[in-house]
Amino acid sequence: MDTAGLRDLGEHVATSLSDYVFAAEVRRDELAVDARADQVVRVLKFLKDDPRCRFEQLIDLCGVDYPERDPRFDVVYHLLSISHNRRLRLRIGVNDDQPVPSAVDVYPAAGWWERETWDLYGIHFAGNPDLRRLLTDYGFDGHPLRKDFPLTGYVELRYDSEQKRVVYEPVKLTQEFRRFDFLSPWEGASYPLPGDEKVDDEAGEAER
Amino acid sequence: MSERQIRNMTVNFGPQHPAAHGVLRLVLEMDGEVVERADPHIGLLHRGTEKLIEYKTYLQAVPYFDRLDYVAPMNQEHAYALAVEALLGLEIPVRAQYIRVLYSEISRVANHLMNICTMALDVGAMTPFFWGFEERERTMEFYERASGSRLHAAYFRPGGVAYDLPSDLLADIGAWNEAFPKVVDDIENVLTENRIFKQRTVDIGILSPQEAFDWGLTGPVLRASGVSWDLRRNQPYEVYNDLDFGIPIGTNGDCYERYLVRMEEMRQCVKIITQCLEKMPKGPVKVEDNKITPPSRAVMKESMEALIHHFKLYTEGYHVPAGEAYRAVEAPKGEFGVYLVADGTNRPYRCKIRAPGFAHLQVLDHMSRGHMLADTVANLASMDIVFGEIDR
Repeated sequence: MDTAGLRDLGEHVATSLSDYVFAAEVRRDELAVDARADQVVRVLKFLKDDPRCRFEQLIDLCGVDYPERDPRFDVVYHLLSISHNRRLRLRIGVNDDQPVPSAVDVYPAAGWWERETWDLYGIHFAGNPDLRRLLTDYGFDGHPLRKDFPLTGYVELRYDSEQKRVVYEPVKLTQEFRRFDFLSPWEGASYPLPGDEKVDDEAGEAER
Repeated sequence: MSERQIRNMTVNFGPQHPAAHGVLRLVLEMDGEVVERADPHIGLLHRGTEKLIEYKTYLQAVPYFDRLDYVAPMNQEHAYALAVEALLGLEIPVRAQYIRVLYSEISRVANHLMNICTMALDVGAMTPFFWGFEERERTMEFYERASGSRLHAAYFRPGGVAYDLPSDLLADIGAWNEAFPKVVDDIENVLTENRIFKQRTVDIGILSPQEAFDWGLTGPVLRASGVSWDLRRNQPYEVYNDLDFGIPIGTNGDCYERYLVRMEEMRQCVKIITQCLEKMPKGPVKVEDNKITPPSRAVMKESMEALIHHFKLYTEGYHVPAGEAYRAVEAPKGEFGVYLVADGTNRPYRCKIRAPGFAHLQVLDHMSRGHMLADTVANLASMDIVFGEIDR
């Protein structure tokens, strides 16, 4: 991969679209561009039509959830240029109350990926002609790929032989979902031996 | 004459129809026998793979990839392994790269056999199905001998492959590889010039190169439309750069050419497998770093250090430095990509799976409008749809 070429392209994009693009950086041979959410269609159009970019294909579109951050979500577009044999990642930050302009007019392929992102993250795409749920069940409630949605979900479904139909019920777990925290290594934890508490106290006093 | 109300008919195709290739519910709006609109309802096989992976360590996430496109499982693991290796900055041993290429190509043969034979079945030819599936079973035997399972291999792992190949396996693959082109010839004899098969597929579901770009189509579908684009050649990974193989492309982009491209790709696979068998070097099959790959059983009996490594690897796993990576492979169906966001812990923060079938199914509405109902079946079959990867 030519990192220098990617860097050049990143600079070209950043200078041509200086009002809409915050940053363009190359890491691990991949060019990532951060852009303003409300102008994403304009940026995509430029990336598709500019002779130095020519990203003909939208390869992927997805959301990423960062609950502690504002804006909360990233929408990530992966573009592929077949004529220049290059890839580009376009990221925009959005909140769920702020609709993203839909990319279907630039890339028709965006339609289903936007439906999927709406389904799984609850991000609106203004202008998508068919923004129905895609992967989850008919009548599903919630957006399952958000970090605050539990892995086990809220409802489970079974066939009820009395009612002769499939029924939804609140999820019942015979065992609590176990999530081990491997991030606290043994070395870092303090387990004072009974009767040994004073050792630290004395050391602390000596320091003082 | 009195005025008559004419109403379009809505037909439910699937989700239990054998030609729906799995669990597709296709709502067709029909004007007589002509399709006005095709609305695929997907998600009947949605298992929340991406959500589950966020709760697993990097190593535990590997088997989920087998269950995406269960017709060619190892190619999926390959994309994931490449993405994790990119984040870790790993370079895997050459023998492991050859094994990965060898098995990617065996998977491609298995996938194309499945697709071509079921496509022939859908348009009325029964015999290739029996011939093709016999060979497909053989490829799955090779899977089993390398990994222990016929389908869900979990064989390509970040850092290399799980185990080295048994000693006589390469010779057996070579013997099969020599005999296999005969089967392709047989299938070709039955189908390629077959009048009925051609009537059902030629000029059905034509996609121009521009349409293929717009709709994000990749793989054999894109190549059948006349675009010479193959990630193995254009963005080579592993040892594809050192191998000699051709990329078949079509001119018309109809169902028939998609079939032809897949047939020729199988012959090219045979060529690649032959070269892999010739060039495969001896040596390790995974990186030596025991923080990433487990130590061998024999060493564990004697070394405390190795035992600790083994325990830590299978409980905590390894921590991957924060960052993002998108890595794609040329899976049999098209570009299969994995977008990984790591936050420095032992679990992926986000793992987006880019399945080629997802884009291919999306275009079905566009390509089926104005065709007959029976042509929708041919269209669907020629796009190589497998629901494991579409619904995830």
